[in-house]
Amino acid sequence: MIEFESVSKRFPDGTVAVDDVSLVAPQGKLTVLVGPSGCGKTTSLAMVNRLVDVTSGRILVDGKDVSQTDRVELRRGIGYVIQHSGLFPHRTVLDNVTTVPRLLGWDKKKTRERAYELIEMVGLSTEQAGRYPAQLSGGQQQRVGVARALASDPPVMLMDEPFSAVDPVVRSSLQDEFLRLQDQVGKTILFVTHDIDEAIKLGDKVAVFAEGGHLAQIDSPGDLLAAPADGFVASFVGRDRGYRRLQFLPSEGVGVRSAPTARIGDRALDGWTLAVDGDDRPLGWLAPGADSVSQDRLEPLGSTFTKTDSLRAALEAVLVSPAGLAVRLDDDGCVDGVVDHATLAEHHQASSQTADSGQESR
Amino acid sequence: MDWGWIVDNRDLILELLIEHIWLSAIPVVIGLAVALVLGVLAHTYRWAYPPLLVVVGVLYTIPSLALFIVLPVVLGTQILNPLNILIALTIYSGALLVRTVVDGLDAVPPAVRKAAEGLGYKRLTRIVTVELPIAIPVIVAGLRVVTVANISMVSVGALIGIGGLGELFTSGFQIRFVTEIIVGLVLSLLLAVTADLLLVFLQRKTTPWDRLGATA
Ligand SMILES: Nc1ncnc2c1ncn2[C@@H]1O[C@H](COP(=O)(O)OP(=O)(O)OP(=O)(O)O)[C@@H](O)[C@H]1O
Ligand SMILES: [Mg+2]
Repeated sequence: MIEFESVSKRFPDGTVAVDDVSLVAPQGKLTVLVGPSGCGKTTSLAMVNRLVDVTSGRILVDGKDVSQTDRVELRRGIGYVIQHSGLFPHRTVLDNVTTVPRLLGWDKKKTRERAYELIEMVGLSTEQAGRYPAQLSGGQQQRVGVARALASDPPVMLMDEPFSAVDPVVRSSLQDEFLRLQDQVGKTILFVTHDIDEAIKLGDKVAVFAEGGHLAQIDSPGDLLAAPADGFVASFVGRDRGYRRLQFLPSEGVGVRSAPTARIGDRALDGWTLAVDGDDRPLGWLAPGADSVSQDRLEPLGSTFTKTDSLRAALEAVLVSPAGLAVRLDDDGCVDGVVDHATLAEHHQASSQTADSGQESR
Repeated sequence: MDWGWIVDNRDLILELLIEHIWLSAIPVVIGLAVALVLGVLAHTYRWAYPPLLVVVGVLYTIPSLALFIVLPVVLGTQILNPLNILIALTIYSGALLVRTVVDGLDAVPPAVRKAAEGLGYKRLTRIVTVELPIAIPVIVAGLRVVTVANISMVSVGALIGIGGLGELFTSGFQIRFVTEIIVGLVLSLLLAVTADLLLVFLQRKTTPWDRLGATA
């Protein structure tokens, strides 16, 4: 756990980079610091591993005041991904990744094996392990920076815009990979980004910083989208926050009705017919007006959703379905029912009301 | 050109060449060692750098001949003691290289230094294993200047009696013997070029990472 208690930082030139920030980054969770450029995100991270000393207040890591901990010991126990990667240009990818284990005096063989594992995990090939940073793209360098921070398997990580130099497609897959990894290892992470979408996707908690180093709001992504604390947060989280928020609302409980299914060769139903195979797995939609269900007249299914998916997934499935009906599947991939747009909208309205009254009672 | 003279005097010529080599090389090595220590200190304790710059600036402006003549008085050495030349050139080399070392360390990208700090390097380990290696290209550039300068300055020592190949100039001039002068000149030039190439080669070997930008 990382705790900020009324932390402020004023640089010698008078710049107030962080202004009376109190927040808790819970054990084993990913807490994102997000905000416009220059609002003190990097400074906040740097105060945790004492690259920058606080002016007032204190920071506790696992209950211990960092100012009472030896700097070098403290830093070796915290994984650090610096903004713009900060790789050592004179060392190969492999040697960059093994930096901290070597400082800690780990067994060489074990260190190398772990390094190769990490290099592959961040999406580089083992033959790139022998390259120097100058031979990698900016995005690849950032990934090496992430691997380097993970090398000694530290329980606490500070990550400063680790995916900022990667294109959107690779970024998204790195984020997915990163979330999968975090699910397994459950590190306590402070993660800086100025991309609100990244913050919402990755964060268990999101702290929105405003100009002048103020903490404007810290909440779960869903609550942040549902109830921005002020106009700044509302404008920062963006226009389509209503739509994005759907991804934090469960689709469970939405009123599905039984699907108009028929097998290949059967007579078509009135209206749209959902063709299924012998195990009730969906094949495609048949437009109204046909006599019988034949494979070659089916229109593609689009996307489907399951009980555990969010309302956003359900809505997406409605929007792409030729029939205007989202198909819900059960755990075996069999058709479980369909839902139309009006039903979803009703469900959404009802569940937002309960969520909002929940908000007030807190 | 009196080729016969060269053949007859090859032992003398070789002896002077070797003398020239160590008279110019030893000051570079010692000067570098001193410069590394002072440079790292000045880089770490920033306040010490401006006064240090003043001192090395003053040292560097003393004419070499003056230093060759003053040193024996200061050190109490014989005027013909090669130590005078060695010490004088060490002072020049050190004075020039201190700047180079500090410049090289200052040129290390701040993000790299921050990363090293953040990953838990102790200060001295960081300077020795991260910052100095990255500063090698800058330091070698300084070494090349110093080495070539030393090779030419050793010859000045011939005016006070010890000067490696420079002694070929002085005696050649005295007896108006052109061959001897040319031999001294050509060998000094060859020596300077060889030393420079050697340093370039050493740099390529020690910094394989430095020339990758273009191919990346
Ligand atoms: N060493 C320093 N001395 C003086 N001011 C500084 C120093 N470091 C940062 N600042 C200032 O403190 C403020 C916060 O900087 P910080 O780097 O924490 O911002 P950031 O939120 O990480 O921005 P970005 O998204 O651009 O990385 C800025 O106004 C910056 O100019
Ligand atoms: Mg920053």
